Amino acid sequence: MSRIKNAFDKKKAFIGFLTAGDPTLDKTEEFVLEMERAGAALVELGIPFSDPIADGPVIQEANVRSLSAGCTTDKIFDMVASLRQKTEIPLVFLSYLNTLYKYGYDRFCKRCQESGIDGVIIPDLPFEEREELAPIASQYGIDVITMVAPTSKERIKNMVKDASGFIYVVSSMGVTGARSEITTDVGEIIDTIRSATDTPAAVGFGINTKQQAATYSAIADGVIVGSAIVKIIAQYGEDAAPKLYEYISEMVSGLAE
Amino acid sequence: MSKGRYGKHGGQYIPETLMNEIHALEDAYEHYKNDPEFVAELDKLNREYAGRPSLLYYAEKMTKKLGGAKIYFKREDLNHTGSHKINNVLGQVLLAKKMGKTRVIAETGAGQHGVATATAAALLNMECEIYMGKEDTIRQALNVYRMELLGATVHPVETGTATLKDAVNACMQEWTARVDDTLYVLGSVMGPHPFPMIVRDFQSVISKEARAQILELEGRLPDVVMACVGGGSNAMGSFYEFINDKEVRLIGCEAAGHGVDTDKTAATMAVGTEGVFHGMKSYFCQDEYGQIAPVYSISAGLDYPGVGPEHAYLKDIGRAEYVPVTDEEAVQAFEYIAREEGIIAAIESSHAVAHLLKIAPEMDKDQIIICTLSGRGDKDVAAIARYRGIDLHE
Repeated sequence: MSRIKNAFDKKKAFIGFLTAGDPTLDKTEEFVLEMERAGAALVELGIPFSDPIADGPVIQEANVRSLSAGCTTDKIFDMVASLRQKTEIPLVFLSYLNTLYKYGYDRFCKRCQESGIDGVIIPDLPFEEREELAPIASQYGIDVITMVAPTSKERIKNMVKDASGFIYVVSSMGVTGARSEITTDVGEIIDTIRSATDTPAAVGFGINTKQQAATYSAIADGVIVGSAIVKIIAQYGEDAAPKLYEYISEMVSGLAE
Repeated sequence: MSKGRYGKHGGQYIPETLMNEIHALEDAYEHYKNDPEFVAELDKLNREYAGRPSLLYYAEKMTKKLGGAKIYFKREDLNHTGSHKINNVLGQVLLAKKMGKTRVIAETGAGQHGVATATAAALLNMECEIYMGKEDTIRQALNVYRMELLGATVHPVETGTATLKDAVNACMQEWTARVDDTLYVLGSVMGPHPFPMIVRDFQSVISKEARAQILELEGRLPDVVMACVGGGSNAMGSFYEFINDKEVRLIGCEAAGHGVDTDKTAATMAVGTEGVFHGMKSYFCQDEYGQIAPVYSISAGLDYPGVGPEHAYLKDIGRAEYVPVTDEEAVQAFEYIAREEGIIAAIESSHAVAHLLKIAPEMDKDQIIICTLSGRGDKDVAAIARYRGIDLHE
């Protein structure tokens, strides 16, 4: 059984995102372990990019902090390899496609496998273009996570029928970042997904409160929280670990049974 | 593989949120480009509002002085709003209206595309919001005010390098947030399919006219067609109808900034490598890990780290050549054409003029060059004065 499947095995999954290398890669390693201890079932590691077009200001700034501190794709792979010695938590990269393209798809996926990455989420790789990456990734056992948006509508069934790992349900229009209210009918999207596949679906974009975690974990298989976590790291920097533990434990306690 | 490929370049590398909208745009364009009513409406706007056809002007003085090829300028600077950008925005804003949109958004570098979009939006009763790098709002303050006069809201973009690429990022983000009533009116032959095709088609009016005009004036095709290249819309428009005329050399002139061997350059074809960014596969200025490089040019309109995918393809197959031109060469050309021909050309267009100054004298007297003047240079006068150390108060 793949590590990603484990995340959704028995209970609803809390998925946490942080930008690798923010503020340092050593801290990223420490934070991931702390997130796991607080109950995170899967962690998304953002590979910083100069122009993150799908991200709001909070994650954009994390990208800048990480790149300014000298973070690179190679250094992230080294950090992951070290982290993998200490934990079996499923790890997926969130990266813009150019990072993989420039590194070489084959070389990138091979290093994912060697270092212990389980999947990749690529916000600028829509269904129409995924064939240039998916077969290579699959050779190395790396899931290319399918993203479903509020505007996907009739596209959903076709997109998810062969989805692997999990399905990332984008709950809101626009970029990443905390929202007080989510207006999309996420329930309807989840129903459409479930009619086409057994692959678990997790909801992200905008989720930051315990109440939202409760609501969306009741209808989906998991919730994804990014900007709220990155904001804590922005505020507390190297000392963020206890604050992350506190926040994530609270969010996890809100998950539906 | 998706549609919209130029060799290996092009494609549709955008968030899922935009995919249905992009398909709707594709469908609408495929329908309306063959719709007689749409074609007639656009043609009327081009003739009666934008002032088309633009002149193909024989620069007799420069020709004699340089002593080589006959020099013709395709005068896009004489269009309404002062650049070729109007060709594209009239088409796209009209298309947006047909699609039932009530709002358009656009990025702008030098401000020419922003001014053109604001103009078309004013004329066609659309809400208009322009995203412009903070840095560029300072370099081109007059154009910001111009857009506001035309009823547009201008958003200064402060992220990243606060220039054109960041304005494109901001537009894509805004479009992702609000697609129902909004069309992103992209200003160049770049971005995800169908934009490179739509913009090229609307801009190809330049070469359609130029080809007919030169045949009328000279009874033969030109030896060289040249234009400046940032994203590449005026160049693509200038080249397109000549692509099948194999004997016509096509030359794109990129902004080398301080030089291609420095890190202050925007010459994508000279220093870029293959990548995927802003919705397309093409060449980009980037580092070994694919981080998009901060680029530089004196020209805000050429200050872009990528190039349209069809240009990348024309380069790959050797159909077009691309040459770098430095700030200093462009400024000298800006001054030269003003003095010799009484034309104040945009600093962007002056990059093409600079290369023309190099090649025209080397060519025979019976050869012909058509160089597109993509825009007029009034907007650049203060910046050129500053470059020359003259403190002007606008």
